[in-house]
Amino acid sequence: MAAAKTARSDPARVLVTPEGIAMPLRLASRGSRFGALLLDLVFITIALVLVTLVLVGIASGTVPGGLDKLSEDGFKLPPALEFVVIVYILIAFLFRYGYFLAFELGPRGATPGKRLTGIRVAARGGGRLTTEMVLARNLIRDIEIMLPLGALLSLSSDEGLSKWPMAAWLLIFALFPFFNRDRLRAGDLIAGTWVVEAPKTKLEQVLSTSHSATSGTSTTTGASYKFGEEELAVYGEYELQTLERVLRENRHEALIAVHEAICRKLGWSPGAGDERAFLEAYYTQLRHRLESGMRMGKRKADKFAG
Amino acid sequence: MATRQNIAAIEAAALRSDRFRQEREPDWKRLELIVTRMEKGRLRRLSDADLLELPVLYRTVASSLSVARETSLDAATLAYLESLVQRAWFLVYGPRTTLWSWLRRFFGGEWSRSVRAIGPEILVALALMLAGTLIGWLLCAQDPDWFYAFVPTDLAGDRIPGATREALRAGLFGKTEEEGLSIFAASLFSHNSSVTILCFALGFAFGVPTLMLLVHNTTMLGALLWLYHGQELTYEIAGWLSIHGTTELFAILLSGAAGLHIGRSMAFPGDLPVIEAAARAGQRASVVMAGVVLMLLCAGLLEGLGRQLVDDTAQRLMIGGGMLVFWLTYFFAFRRVPQGSED
Repeated sequence: MAAAKTARSDPARVLVTPEGIAMPLRLASRGSRFGALLLDLVFITIALVLVTLVLVGIASGTVPGGLDKLSEDGFKLPPALEFVVIVYILIAFLFRYGYFLAFELGPRGATPGKRLTGIRVAARGGGRLTTEMVLARNLIRDIEIMLPLGALLSLSSDEGLSKWPMAAWLLIFALFPFFNRDRLRAGDLIAGTWVVEAPKTKLEQVLSTSHSATSGTSTTTGASYKFGEEELAVYGEYELQTLERVLRENRHEALIAVHEAICRKLGWSPGAGDERAFLEAYYTQLRHRLESGMRMGKRKADKFAG
Repeated sequence: MATRQNIAAIEAAALRSDRFRQEREPDWKRLELIVTRMEKGRLRRLSDADLLELPVLYRTVASSLSVARETSLDAATLAYLESLVQRAWFLVYGPRTTLWSWLRRFFGGEWSRSVRAIGPEILVALALMLAGTLIGWLLCAQDPDWFYAFVPTDLAGDRIPGATREALRAGLFGKTEEEGLSIFAASLFSHNSSVTILCFALGFAFGVPTLMLLVHNTTMLGALLWLYHGQELTYEIAGWLSIHGTTELFAILLSGAAGLHIGRSMAFPGDLPVIEAAARAGQRASVVMAGVVLMLLCAGLLEGLGRQLVDDTAQRLMIGGGMLVFWLTYFFAFRRVPQGSED
């Protein structure tokens, strides 16, 4: 039940690389994609506002007496100002269509918003992400975002009622990722792409190098922790990895609780003050046992497994 | 120095799988460094040796991952390796072109090949545009009130049924002295590009909205032609429209055809699964669309600058005709196959 639920909320697509290695790709959640989009729209807006401010600054320099005087002269623009206006129109166009394009063509395949939410664009089915794919998915963006946005804004105006059918129709595009298994938006469908998680994981410390792990003895109390075959046989890989997480997080209360639980299971009476050494020793010996089994082709998924 | 530390650490680790990790860790860290730099776009800070090493290290780390999956139960290390292999995989099998080489490929045959590939849709779109023009003309001829339905009032200005020949003619000529022409050109480009991209994108809904948009936009053309024909200004309006129109209408034609191409591939995917057919059509059509935006840049310049500065119908027709011949030659006679493929 629980496994089915996680698979639903976080579907993984296994991709086999040319080297024959199975590489699980996790589809990005709709939430993080929406968040990325919002971030990007904010960035575009900020950039446009900045460009506008700079260009207005330049423009007011081109007109003697400032921009206010311009309207009095009728509609005659000085050539320098004309140039500024053209630059503005072209930049606005570039921001609307070029922003997503340029960033998604980069080595990270992601806009700044996507980078911040830890996702990226990839070719569906594991091929090379090509320029044509990125072009296609961003050309469709227009009817998915700009038009529905416009339609929603016009709904708030007076004569909005007649536009309801139009808005509903456009919303189908905007909500497209909710209607398919791979969370494709219309642009992804056309381009042959999808959006996946791009995790950046740091390499954690080795756990089996500490003194208590290697020798099974505690440096603080000098107690020796040696576990017998049947004491190690009670747990499987799932419990081992839970224990690993507890050791890495190293939160005192969690250490005590887990220490107590393991002692109860083994029928030991839990002491206090030496939990970490105990757990490190147990972790190392349990892992040693399970990994030895693995090499023999015998795996034990969790404590319920035989 | 590093080796001595490593040896000491390798001796210290109690588990075989952790010793395995310690022996290979320098390779992993090195790959991570190269990948991080490449992701940040700092290619210049990478030596050639690093770049050459990327695929080698990628394979080393990938094999570490497959060994670790069989021998190690260290979840953190497995997660690290999976993320590192994925990041390196995206770089090793990532986009291989620079913008420059893509452009060379694009102009050197890819664009014209894509245009030829959507040939049937181009014919359909052309038929629709001609039909739209004809409908606009015939309906206006039957009842001049139709003109107001096709041409928005703010766009029409003085150009309405019943206007004198002089008034109509004045709209076509004598604008060489006008100011702000280049702004006009730039905003035309921006506006037209948005409309054509919309026209293309709507092809996604099985092409139906694209069909409607194509017909709707050309009825206006038909109505204008009818109006000027009535005052015997057909030759003049032809020149006025063709100087940029051959390029602009061609671009609209291509965007409509590209939209229809997607719509058709989704409605009738043939032997392929729908999703595959749509992706192929979409990629082909997007190449056409990149070209359409460039054509509209040309059209914007021709309309905003050329039409106002060239005040003579014969010259206008020559420029317009020349552009048409140029596009047709480039798309259909220029059959060079682009060098090198991206896959």
